[in-house]
Amino acid sequence: MADLLQLKNVTKTYVRGLLSKTATTALANISLTLDDEKPTILTVAGESGSGKTTLAMLLLGFITPTSGQIFYKGQDISTLSGSDRMTFRREVQAVFQDPFAVFNPFYTVDHLLTVPIKRFGLANSKREARNLMNGALEAVGLDPNDVLGRYPHQISGGQRQRINVARALVLRPKLLVADEPVSMVDASLRASILETLRDLQKSFNVSIIYITHDLTTAYHIANSIIVLYRGSVMEAGDVDTIIKSPQHPYTKLLIDSIPWPDITRRWGETEIKAKETDYSDQTEGCKFLARCPFAFWPCKNTTPLFRLSEHQAAACFLFEEKPRIEMERLTELLPM
Amino acid sequence: MPTEPILKVIDLQVSYYTDAGRATALAGATLSLNPVEKLGLVGESGSGKSTMALAMMRMIKPPGRIEAGQVIVDGTDLRTLSDEQMLKARLSKIAYIPQGAMNSLNPVIRIGAQMVDAIKAHDPKANKADIEERCLQSLESVDLKRSVYKMYAHELSGGMKQRVCIAISILLKPKVIICDEPTSALDVVTQRQVMETIDRIKDEIGAAIILIGHDMGLMAQFVDKVAVLYAGRLMEMSTVREMFTNPKHPYAIALINSLPSLDNKGVFQGIPGLAPSILRLPSGCPFHPRCSHVMEVCTKEIPYLKALEDGRTVACHLFSDKA
Amino acid sequence: MTATTLATPQAQVTRPSRLTLLLRYLRRNKSLTIGLIIMFGLIAFTIIGTLTLDKADAYPLSVKPKQPPSAEFPFGTDFFGRDLLAAMVVGLWQTALIGFLAGGVAVIIGVILGFTSAYFGGPIDTTIKGICQILTPIPVFLIQVILAGSLDKRDVTIYTMAFIVVLLSWMGPTLVIRSQVLSMKERQFVSVAKLSGTGDMGIIFGEIMPNLLPFIAASFVGAVFAAVFASFYLAVLGLGPLREPLLGNTIWAAQSQGAFFNGWWWWPLEPAIAMVLILGSLALINMGLDELANPRVRRTE
Repeated sequence: MADLLQLKNVTKTYVRGLLSKTATTALANISLTLDDEKPTILTVAGESGSGKTTLAMLLLGFITPTSGQIFYKGQDISTLSGSDRMTFRREVQAVFQDPFAVFNPFYTVDHLLTVPIKRFGLANSKREARNLMNGALEAVGLDPNDVLGRYPHQISGGQRQRINVARALVLRPKLLVADEPVSMVDASLRASILETLRDLQKSFNVSIIYITHDLTTAYHIANSIIVLYRGSVMEAGDVDTIIKSPQHPYTKLLIDSIPWPDITRRWGETEIKAKETDYSDQTEGCKFLARCPFAFWPCKNTTPLFRLSEHQAAACFLFEEKPRIEMERLTELLPM
Repeated sequence: MPTEPILKVIDLQVSYYTDAGRATALAGATLSLNPVEKLGLVGESGSGKSTMALAMMRMIKPPGRIEAGQVIVDGTDLRTLSDEQMLKARLSKIAYIPQGAMNSLNPVIRIGAQMVDAIKAHDPKANKADIEERCLQSLESVDLKRSVYKMYAHELSGGMKQRVCIAISILLKPKVIICDEPTSALDVVTQRQVMETIDRIKDEIGAAIILIGHDMGLMAQFVDKVAVLYAGRLMEMSTVREMFTNPKHPYAIALINSLPSLDNKGVFQGIPGLAPSILRLPSGCPFHPRCSHVMEVCTKEIPYLKALEDGRTVACHLFSDKA
Repeated sequence: MTATTLATPQAQVTRPSRLTLLLRYLRRNKSLTIGLIIMFGLIAFTIIGTLTLDKADAYPLSVKPKQPPSAEFPFGTDFFGRDLLAAMVVGLWQTALIGFLAGGVAVIIGVILGFTSAYFGGPIDTTIKGICQILTPIPVFLIQVILAGSLDKRDVTIYTMAFIVVLLSWMGPTLVIRSQVLSMKERQFVSVAKLSGTGDMGIIFGEIMPNLLPFIAASFVGAVFAAVFASFYLAVLGLGPLREPLLGNTIWAAQSQGAFFNGWWWWPLEPAIAMVLILGSLALINMGLDELANPRVRRTE
């Protein structure tokens, strides 16, 4: 039972300014382990500024942690080189949010698929490569003749995003970081793209980290969820439990603000307190303090995680009677 | 006592003349809106919803052209106005908040100056102090602090910028406000705040709202009536309750069924196929290749909008006399 | 998941041929078209001239001096006995040479330094950027005049002129290309290329450079313009290689012999018109390329 991916106390801070340095913590002390043999879908949920994009960039190796380490198959990714690095590159892939931005406007859409096939040696001949591409395109519901040979601006947004997912299929990664893959896609197409992602996990044993602010889609494809707010974990555990009965005040606010396509479930009574947040970073205390309607005196201290059940924990002093669980054991809360 | 509709769109048609031929971006749309009512215009990209908004504002530029139709706001047909009169009508009678408006705020002048510009364009002789007070009140009504007047766009968050755009649109108390995807780049909590703001100001100034988008969830939470567009054609218009509990048009039915809800975890019901490009429309009803109720007549004749007994309108042969 | 194919659409739209689309584009982009037409006209003039005339006639003491334009000498002759038609042909060729040489070298330097600076960042970027920023405010005209003026008259050739021009004109293209690469390297398709296993060189040449080609072309035209103009004003001041029939030289010579007072109007007029045509066509092409490179400037697509 090897560990596919392990984050150990990873923190990322950004420092700005020359004379008076202001530090912003993008991600604070995250520890996570994904098992090689149990591919799962984990949702990392949060608004903008929550650190979810930072997490994606760290996982993909585009940025390095300020402290802590990230291990891929036992090796620290910052020390990878040569063929090990190529393997990491191939096995950890992404699907990004903006379907148009991933295409180089100079080339036809084929370029997106041909480059990785060539660089990773996935096919031995042009014919094989073509078959690989056709297979992947058909698997996402596209007719290859309709899209190959065209330029990105000549096809629709939905087609573009499907090609993105086809690229992931061609590569058969071990870990797929999907950063808001359907938020810029029309609502009617989301279902099919999400279904493809879920099939990837089931049929090809790909672990997916699904990053989003849209909890409805998260509910449908994920097994477990981590809710982030300004770099810290607010709540984590089984996705069904947390979405149906959220405990942390922030999660409650999120769930309540979801525009459910259901006229019997209108935007709720949870009042939104403190409309605009002051973004100065308070190093101590709960990050949600300024907006929390339940804030009381202990919240000024660093909030530990309290375990509410086997697969649910919230970082909130409202639950201080419950047993504490260290951040390092976060993975135990997540059903795989 | 039935009220006179504040907005009546009658048979609005828009075409685009491209190198590859003439495309019908909007084919004869007809709808009406009562004062202080909220209408949602739903459709995929390329369905014609933004085109319709631009056509109502007479902001279609070449190679697009409004071919026919009337846009009657508060008794005046906007299409009969001269360019000069239309300039005045925009913002004072009918306002438009385009998609990505928050990114189009001028980055080098203060928010207040931009608001003042908008008022001055309509009322050049207005007193400076008066104008400033109107702007400040506008900002307050969208729940922003007065201090925002002196700030620059980059100092505000996404939600705040969007509310500034709303504040600008209500400066002259228009009768109709069109919001094109006002919350697409915002997260869920900010989205809710912005929509609740729009709801509140519409009551304050007595305006009707048209919300353009593709998020059915947002429609369910916010609007009173929903109009569904597909390939440039209005397919169904119903009240929001009717649309979500008993949709009539097959496309609307498929849309509602594809929506994720808390009860059917893991069940995905997408609509097979892809929406056609308006340059290569199928014959007859544009939805027929993907329709589960398709009949012979659907491939030959275009179904026109027909009013049902309950006041809803549907464009489908299942309800026309041809069934 | 199976794919559902659409029913065949009834209305087939014929796509117009590429040539038609190209011609339609040229019709819309008038500055590019007019600029190119003038440029081709000048090139044709030069080529035909080089093939039909004797180049030696462009130099002094070749033909009967001070003749107004006539059938024998369509452009007339000058004080020193040059056939001005031959002089114009050779002069245009030499001006073009300086322009393209100096412009080309400046842009090549700009591309190399700009890309290196922007892509690799760090101390390399700070150095290159710093040098450019320090050199830019230096009054180019002044330095060029000083340099050209301090050379021994015999050492001044077309190539030394080109060198003097390049010396202070490479900073512009460098900074401009640098800023383009800076913004382009943050684009998501570069990240995706990295994820697809592309290395740094692959990204620079395969992903970024192709997108910058129209931009580099526009910079090139701009650099040629600046070089032609610089060689022109240096020559007009008498700082050019005096024997060569460079357009600027001809004007200088005409002015020093008091051409207008003596009634030899054709002598300075012809090179002046030629200059206007060259610079004008380059400027128009530059504007036209600007529109091509920057789709937001494009009018009614």
